[in-house]
Amino acid sequence: MSSSLAVSTKLNLQAHPVDEVGIRERVARLATRSIKKASKVEGLKLALSMVDLTTLEGADTPGKVRQLCTKAIHLHSGRKDLPMVAAVCVYPTMVRIARETLQGTPIQVAAVATAFPSGMNPLAVKLADTRYAVGEGAHEIDMVISRGDFLRGEYQRVADEISQVKEACGKAHLKVILETGELGTLDRVRLASDLAMQAGADFIKTSTGKIQPAATPEVVLVMLQAIDDYYRKTGKRIGMKPAGGIANAKAALNLLIMVREILGPAWLTPDLFRIGASKLPNDMLMQLEKERTGVYQGLDYFSND
Amino acid sequence: MSRSRSKNKGARLDVRKTYKMLMGGAFVRSESGRALDVEGPGGKWLGYVCRASRKDFRNAVVAARKAVAGWSNTTAYLKGQILYRAAEMLEGRASGFREVLQSTGLSSAVAQAEVSAATDLLVYYAGWSDKFLQIFGSVNPVSSPHFNFSVTEPMGVVAYVAGEKRPLLDLVAGLAPIVVGGNAVITLSTGRAAVAAMELGEVLATADFPPGVINLLCGLREELVGQMATHMDVNALVTQAGDSKETAMCRQACALNLKRFFPRESISKGDEDPYRILDTMEIKTTWHPVGG
Amino acid sequence: MTKTKIATKGLDWSYAPAPESADHFQLKGQYGLFIGGKFFPASSGKRFPTINPATEKILAHVAEAGAKDVDQAVRAARVAYEKVWRKMPGRERGKYLYRIARILQERARELAVVESMDGGKPIRESRDVDIPLAAAHFFYHAGWADKLGYAFPGKTVQPLGVVGQIIPWNFPLLMVAWKVAPALACGNTVVLKPAETTPLTALLFAEICQEAGLPDGVFNCITGAGATGAALVNHAGLDKVAFTGSTDVGKAIQKSLAGRSTKLTLELGGKAANIIFEDAAIDQAVEGIINGIFFNQGHVCCAGSRLLVQESVEKEVVAKLKARMAHLIVGDPLDKNTDIGAINSKGQRDRIRDYLKFGQEEGAELFQTSCSIPQKGYFIRPSFFTKVAQSHRIVQEEIFGPVLAIQSFRTLDEALEKANNTPYGLSGGVWTDKGAKIFKVTRGIKAGVIWANTFNKFDPSSPFGGYKESGYGREGGRHGLRAYLECL
Repeated sequence: MSSSLAVSTKLNLQAHPVDEVGIRERVARLATRSIKKASKVEGLKLALSMVDLTTLEGADTPGKVRQLCTKAIHLHSGRKDLPMVAAVCVYPTMVRIARETLQGTPIQVAAVATAFPSGMNPLAVKLADTRYAVGEGAHEIDMVISRGDFLRGEYQRVADEISQVKEACGKAHLKVILETGELGTLDRVRLASDLAMQAGADFIKTSTGKIQPAATPEVVLVMLQAIDDYYRKTGKRIGMKPAGGIANAKAALNLLIMVREILGPAWLTPDLFRIGASKLPNDMLMQLEKERTGVYQGLDYFSND
Repeated sequence: MSRSRSKNKGARLDVRKTYKMLMGGAFVRSESGRALDVEGPGGKWLGYVCRASRKDFRNAVVAARKAVAGWSNTTAYLKGQILYRAAEMLEGRASGFREVLQSTGLSSAVAQAEVSAATDLLVYYAGWSDKFLQIFGSVNPVSSPHFNFSVTEPMGVVAYVAGEKRPLLDLVAGLAPIVVGGNAVITLSTGRAAVAAMELGEVLATADFPPGVINLLCGLREELVGQMATHMDVNALVTQAGDSKETAMCRQACALNLKRFFPRESISKGDEDPYRILDTMEIKTTWHPVGG
Repeated sequence: MTKTKIATKGLDWSYAPAPESADHFQLKGQYGLFIGGKFFPASSGKRFPTINPATEKILAHVAEAGAKDVDQAVRAARVAYEKVWRKMPGRERGKYLYRIARILQERARELAVVESMDGGKPIRESRDVDIPLAAAHFFYHAGWADKLGYAFPGKTVQPLGVVGQIIPWNFPLLMVAWKVAPALACGNTVVLKPAETTPLTALLFAEICQEAGLPDGVFNCITGAGATGAALVNHAGLDKVAFTGSTDVGKAIQKSLAGRSTKLTLELGGKAANIIFEDAAIDQAVEGIINGIFFNQGHVCCAGSRLLVQESVEKEVVAKLKARMAHLIVGDPLDKNTDIGAINSKGQRDRIRDYLKFGQEEGAELFQTSCSIPQKGYFIRPSFFTKVAQSHRIVQEEIFGPVLAIQSFRTLDEALEKANNTPYGLSGGVWTDKGAKIFKVTRGIKAGVIWANTFNKFDPSSPFGGYKESGYGREGGRHGLRAYLECL
């Protein structure tokens, strides 16, 4: 059963060449920024508040999700000055338990949907997946684009799927995962970014986190530049979410540097920038403790849920 | 030959070395579990070395093939630095190598000269890494509106059979020009040259070569040359001091996959020769239009 | 249990000071001349201070070499050449250069900090570009010392003898490497005069030569200003002079060598055009403009000081350029976040200010960022001019500062015409995604170094040098050896 494509986007895709070597150089240069003292503490807290704390395992259970949500609310005892993370990110069948556990907090519940991570199901299934997750209470939907269709040049089809999913989201906000690790070139990453934004994405997101490479600094930079150009043309601010492979606090701070210097301070808020990660917060907490005490930390002292 | 070694002098027992082969960045024994006796002058027994099997060679080829992409993409500058570091490491073990060479029958003066020459030869080839392309590459003035340029590219996996006359130097003189071009190499050292080869493995392993770029085997020449010549995933074979029978066999066997084959003489005339680098390089020519 | 979220308005996040530490080494209060392997005061006893252009404080005093000292240095170089260096096998000469390269790596951080303090460039550049490249130059040339027979087919080569070298203040230690490494590799001995505002890293280099065991007199360093340089150039005992600096001084040197057999190479000024086509990767091209003119405060002979942008993308490029420039941090060279450091001297700062004035007087429109700059020291905000004409002084003359002149073009031929309409010919840049166009444009620009889809890239194996009044001779690569050899 195929739905008729009642919702369709008028695409206006233009070639925007991206020089890979130039991108690598800019990434390397941005990474030499030295973030110390007060700006480091500020940056780490900001980054913590931007985390979408994620568990997307076939083996997830209500117990696991409850644990994750508890960590999201209460990252570390002994410090009263820590923010909460922005959201937790789970599979659709775990949305309800996440909503229950997070009741009374401002933490959002994001659900992956549309046959995550592959997207290899008919549109009707993907829309049903989306509606189910929204029905269960998801505030945010992280969808995947059809990479096969994109790589074959079926841009209109890919865009129409996105706008259909956006419609199915209702009030939930939509992140569109490009799965940059499968796109091959930075030119394609740029094209996919433009396409997703024109088709109605509220956020563009790098990866499912299920394959390598995931959110490399190079694809992040290209996507941020796409967002900047889109803002210049339309006045609309689209958000960005790197996910997968953000291993430590330094990588998170490097992301903030990139956002600041490509898009500007207006994007330095969880409303416009998120970091998809599962183990990252503890490294950031260790850095914060080190700044506070002057002493390097070990993982034994941070809760491991 | 009796396998007894000189008795210990004094109360402290020395810790004897076990000689293993550098393969894929690790030190391994032969998968066959076989060993060879190392004989010094006068039939004195010095110890054991591995007797590499054809499966060892096969495993070495796998390790080498894995290493080729990364090594050939390493910058010329870095390759030069790594080879220079190999020289630093060898220099630091000069006295140890002199002893090893003397134990295999070389005189003190010859051993000394050989160790210095091997060290200097590593420095020599290190210095070619970022220059040979300027000698062997070219921009070609074709008569159509095209930019046309020729560059060298490493062949890939190269096998090298070393001679025995200069245990350390024959090995270094063979492998340095092979790897400086970006190839990964598997070498075979035999007879009295085996121990020096195994010790060289320890030097090269501390010089920052990525694992698999250099693989040093020891064993019996007659057991392994045929394997090296017929293996379908080896791109080139260099032999030193092979007799005419071996050379003929190799030429025939290399025809199986058109392996490039370079037989060299016993004592090489002039180890310092950038054309040895060129031997294991391909030439690639590219055209591109010049226009609006 | 509700905690407050961080405000949804974007965070105005700024970078705290991140000073590079300068406490792991000590500068001497004063340095002598380095002659024959030892340091001596000037025979006249004269000295002069070298200051930190970011703080205006004195860093050290260095000796002022007079004619007598110059003579002593040249003699020491001659003795070293005849008795030791020309007789030494190339392989052994090369090993000294390898040692020097290694020590440059060991002392890298110290050298980078001193370079930034003495000259004003940001620590990030001295740490990430100048010092590593200097070491790389020695590594590269060390390898040539015993291979010169391969460099020039059909020719037997031998060294020239004693070489006099005068270098500028924009890349002090790197210029030492560019000059000294090939000279020594080819078997010559050297008398070097560093710029008077940036002598320190050259003097530390002299210490490094001692540490490397370089035979006495093979490298000599005489500090001083214009008079010292003139005394060196005019010394009859030189077989060759190599000069990097302004075109005017280069011409003067050529004149003063007339009638002598002394060989000469010159690396002089430039006014490079950076050409951006509509089909370029625009974001990377904008970064290329930044690298081209704001890198090293624009104190670069090959700086992309003229932007030629295709009119169809001019608005977009200028808008992106402004937005990008807003993130350039002008400040303390020793702060790791500084992008643009101090102008090298008061004199140079005043010259740049003059050009900013001329430009406006001639009718061009000036844009400068509004970043903060330190109270003390010599600083200029990154700037560009629009509404410029080809005939404006700011388009024709080399400013040597962080000031860009922007012009537009419509066709490829027009771009080439404008790019070549200058007595200079050192470098150029072209940005386009189309391969054929790259080769057509690079073929058409009359300059010695052309960067396509990149800018200000240097490598010891890549020859560098100019056409026309940007000088003659090449440095680096196989071609660069020619200047230091007699080819028979």
